[in-house]
Amino acid sequence: MTVTEEPHTGEVGRDRHRKEDARLITGRTMWTENLSLPGMMHLAILRSPMAHARITNVDVSPALRMSGVAEAFTGRDVADLQGAMPCVWPPSDDTVLPAYPPLAVDEVRHTGEPVAVVAARDRASALDALEAIEVDYEPLPVVLDMEAALADGADLVHADQGTNRCFTWTLDSAAAGTGDDARRAEADAEVLVKRRYIQQRLIPAFMEPRSVVVDPTGEQITVWSATQVPHILRLLLAMSTGMPEHKIRVIAPDVGGGFGGKLQVTPEEFIAFAAARKFGRPVKFVESRSETMLSGHHGRDQIQDITVSARNDGTVTGLSVDLKVNMGAYLGIITPGIPLLGAFMFNGIYRFPAYRFDCTGVFTNTTKTDAYRGAGRPEATFAIERMMDDLAAELDMDPLEVRRKNWIEHDQFPYATAAGLTYDSGDYAAATDRAMDLFGYHDLRREQRERREAGDRVQLGIGVSTYTEMCGLAPSRILGQLRYAAGGWENASVRMLPTGKVEVVTGTSPHGQGHETAWSQIAADQLGVPFDDVEVLHGDTRTSHKGLDTYGSRSLAVGGIALVNACRKVVDKARPVAAHLLECDPSDLEFVDGAYRVKGSPGSAKTLADCALAVFSSHDLPEGVESSLDADATYDPENFSYPHGTHLCATEVDTETGRVSIRSYVAVDDVGRVINPMIVEGQVHGGVAQGIAQALFEEAVYDDDGNLLTGTFVDYTIPSSADLPAIVTDRTETPALEHPLGAKGVGEAGTIASTPAVVNAVVDALRHLGVSDVRMPCTPERVWRAIQDARDGAAHVAHEGGERP
Amino acid sequence: MIPAAFDYTRPSGVDEAVGALRDGGEDAKVLAGGQSLIPMLRMRLASPTTVVDLGDVTEMRGVRDDGDALVIGAMTTHDEILHDPLVHEHAPLIAQATETVADRQVRHLGTFGGSLAHADPAGDLPSVASALDATFEVAGPSGRRSVPASEFFVDYLTTVLEPDDLLVSVRVPKLTGWGTHYEKFNRVAQAWALVGVAAAVRRSNGSVAEARVALTNMGPTPVRAYGVEDALTGTAATEDSLAAAAQRAADGAEPSSDPSASAEYRMHLATVLTRRALQAAGGA
Ligand SMILES: Cc1cc2nc3c(=O)[nH]c(=O)nc-3n(C[C@H](O)[C@H](O)[C@H](O)COP(=O)(O)OP(=O)(O)OC[C@H]3O[C@@H](n4cnc5c(N)ncnc54)[C@H](O)[C@@H]3O)c2cc1C
Repeated sequence: MTVTEEPHTGEVGRDRHRKEDARLITGRTMWTENLSLPGMMHLAILRSPMAHARITNVDVSPALRMSGVAEAFTGRDVADLQGAMPCVWPPSDDTVLPAYPPLAVDEVRHTGEPVAVVAARDRASALDALEAIEVDYEPLPVVLDMEAALADGADLVHADQGTNRCFTWTLDSAAAGTGDDARRAEADAEVLVKRRYIQQRLIPAFMEPRSVVVDPTGEQITVWSATQVPHILRLLLAMSTGMPEHKIRVIAPDVGGGFGGKLQVTPEEFIAFAAARKFGRPVKFVESRSETMLSGHHGRDQIQDITVSARNDGTVTGLSVDLKVNMGAYLGIITPGIPLLGAFMFNGIYRFPAYRFDCTGVFTNTTKTDAYRGAGRPEATFAIERMMDDLAAELDMDPLEVRRKNWIEHDQFPYATAAGLTYDSGDYAAATDRAMDLFGYHDLRREQRERREAGDRVQLGIGVSTYTEMCGLAPSRILGQLRYAAGGWENASVRMLPTGKVEVVTGTSPHGQGHETAWSQIAADQLGVPFDDVEVLHGDTRTSHKGLDTYGSRSLAVGGIALVNACRKVVDKARPVAAHLLECDPSDLEFVDGAYRVKGSPGSAKTLADCALAVFSSHDLPEGVESSLDADATYDPENFSYPHGTHLCATEVDTETGRVSIRSYVAVDDVGRVINPMIVEGQVHGGVAQGIAQALFEEAVYDDDGNLLTGTFVDYTIPSSADLPAIVTDRTETPALEHPLGAKGVGEAGTIASTPAVVNAVVDALRHLGVSDVRMPCTPERVWRAIQDARDGAAHVAHEGGERP
Repeated sequence: MIPAAFDYTRPSGVDEAVGALRDGGEDAKVLAGGQSLIPMLRMRLASPTTVVDLGDVTEMRGVRDDGDALVIGAMTTHDEILHDPLVHEHAPLIAQATETVADRQVRHLGTFGGSLAHADPAGDLPSVASALDATFEVAGPSGRRSVPASEFFVDYLTTVLEPDDLLVSVRVPKLTGWGTHYEKFNRVAQAWALVGVAAAVRRSNGSVAEARVALTNMGPTPVRAYGVEDALTGTAATEDSLAAAAQRAADGAEPSSDPSASAEYRMHLATVLTRRALQAAGGA
């Protein structure tokens, strides 16, 4: 076999067009909704119009009399079959874990909770029949506000639990031995800044609604679901319903987005599973967008009380965080764990010597919350980055100056934080300098001064966010310490086909990220095969038997290492075969650009494909060599991945109407070595858009009775490209130390970084008018009111003859 | 969601359509572009027994020059309006407002007449029609009649149209020598207006000879800001006098409060946007 002499051009680092895009963008692929099976019934779910009520009677018989309807049932009918929705992350011993039946049995605790199910021969008949079902509700008191829910004598979401407090959880650097005492720092502080920030509730708006098909007719029950977590779904279906695990197969076909919203095992999946078992026929459930909004899990929803202690020169000396987190009415898969993912991040990139974090989870009569892009870390990053701006304002310093004074210097890595993590690498100054350059920081500050002096109607604001985050979930050991029920490893397999083509199997479960492309690039480089010779398989527990799926920017940061390790095993396994073919000693071979070469004799070489064919025929293998080059690897990370960067945002704020428009946005991210720059750019753009959406546009709102007022896209305002700025992106590259490719996670970074940059810019535009905060989303009305309130406050103080502090 | 079942007819002329509506009784509904009706059907906020689709009624489509006025067929789509030279020449206010309606897809299906008949207080075209003193040509079982804009809009999502009435066309006087402007304020680019202001100003020798101002989403129907009009007429068209007149924009208006804006904020916006609209329309 001849070996080309051209230098190998590496795949890693190339802007490869995504192989999956043609089918995803045209829709010519298998979405769960496309699937149709013989004898399949369509399910429709009747949902509670009440936020809290006892169900005194449900009569499905009128529905059964309607045309096309085959079956109808209530929670009571399937009480033994349906299992209970699991929560796998109780943060403390005494976490309250209320019963959570997929289909309500006696009581409903939020609007949209499933109450009854109709199965019909088509979807329209099933939906028609819902209207015939009669339900009697006896209203119970509704609890919506977290602080009211925690007050003595509050009405209870779960009367049998005696409290609305789900859990409390504390991290104290003095007690943990990771730092000083934050309370002492407060007592000794020269400057103390206390703030309350509100993280509004958000609704994940993935493009494909949640859909599920269950076929009970084979030896294994097969579940197709638009999920991020097919492996976890299989395990939890088995553990919760008692169906043996090996009798369940879960397939996540192509999945249209998730953003954490599909990091869930859902009541709808459990209901479909129960229905299919009950009827012995395939069933399908596809939700409407309104159902997603009402009953898919929500995100964020925290009250953050933050205290920073500092010296007069701006050096921070301590940080205390008191967090109240809205669980909603029930606990989803990791509802109470979400704030813990933030617990380690409130200190951000700064050298806080002392840190204390207190967190309380609270039940209310609302849809449950759970993971939403960034999950805990955007909330934490928002608080600290808003706070650094507020501290700067308090000290009359430039917000970047305060940050520079306090951030971890490049030569201080690896750095152990007071929160107990060790950041492996980073260069905050490099990213910040680059961002300031691209942004034209000093020119914009000059323009801002001029506009302030001129009293322009439209004021300019500059917002800073110098973030880091922990991703690449996660070291199993740490997850264990945090009482998360599972590990954080990831698996990959490489199958060498006789023709030299490669199948890569990953336990991660892409739903739009482009893993098929990136994994092909990695495998192509590791094995020295062409990009197009690699096929990436995922999302079916039959082909990908082992995995922990996709969330927490973990796929590349953890699963990518498993892949590299599996490839290296293949290369090692083929070495004795190549040596045998070349009639030399394995130690005389080097593997370069896909071929084993005899050192010092470049002419003689055998490719991996040669070895694969030789192993396939197995006519002549060396003694003791197995007839397979395939390899498996499972990787459990030692540490998290810590991407970081600097985002700068310039806003123009119309002080008459309160309208905010983003004039320029610069994102310089350090995600380590990059496999595919185009994919990284896409992740940053999408992430920044989602973060801006929280800052300016999106909020889930309930009325006093617990009805969701923002149940459609008319009221829940998602920005489109027309509402977003051109985003200038760039990267610095500080390789991750523990990743063989030096890569860090990028899936959530943009969302984590951008929200505080935007809000800081809004506040910065108005500080000279006396505004020190605007609640998210910074709607025109909120901004206008903040200006009015500041004016009224100023007038009030002036009237009393005082001076504004 | 999926709409409840209904009967469907597709007449090819106005009279046939009116007949179909009459036969369909109280619960018959006209389907124009479907951009408001189909969502209501899907969410089951409306469940008509019969849907009368006007898609084939070609006589209701298009823009015609009728001397001192344009006659715009009710079934003319937003997109056709945007590309119509007569509209651009004689009623640029309509083109400008239509451009802010929703997105391209909606504009390709949604119709001028549907927007007016639907009478959503947040819709952009009712206030524009009001500011232009348009006349609505209606066909019903007892024949045809003309209704002035001031009488057409009755309440929230309610017009003078009876269930078996059809809006056939709208007569829009040509405003020669006027300046016009539509100022819309919304949360995101493709959203409905929080508040909108349609302004038309005719100047003569540096002062305002005539002015018409109508507000979007400042009440259950489009609101004519007569206070502003009165204050302007005969005054010098200076920045100050426009601003002073605009202060009266919200007088008497009773906007609603909802999660996207409070009534108080809408009142404030109305004055600011009216000033801006006036400056653009009759600018000093
Ligand atoms: C996402 C989205 C965003 C939108 N944003 C805006 C916006 O920003 N501004 C805005 O103004 N509009 C907006 N719209 C509405 C759009 O302008 C619609 O086109 C309009 O409201 C209705 O027109 P239609 O032709 O689709 O009517 P249809 O939906 O077919 O009908 C609406 C109602 O009017 C009745 N009707 C229709 N035609 C007649 C007729 N000739 N005679 C009697 N009755 C009739 C119907 O029976 C029905 O009750 C938006 C719509 C969508 C879907």
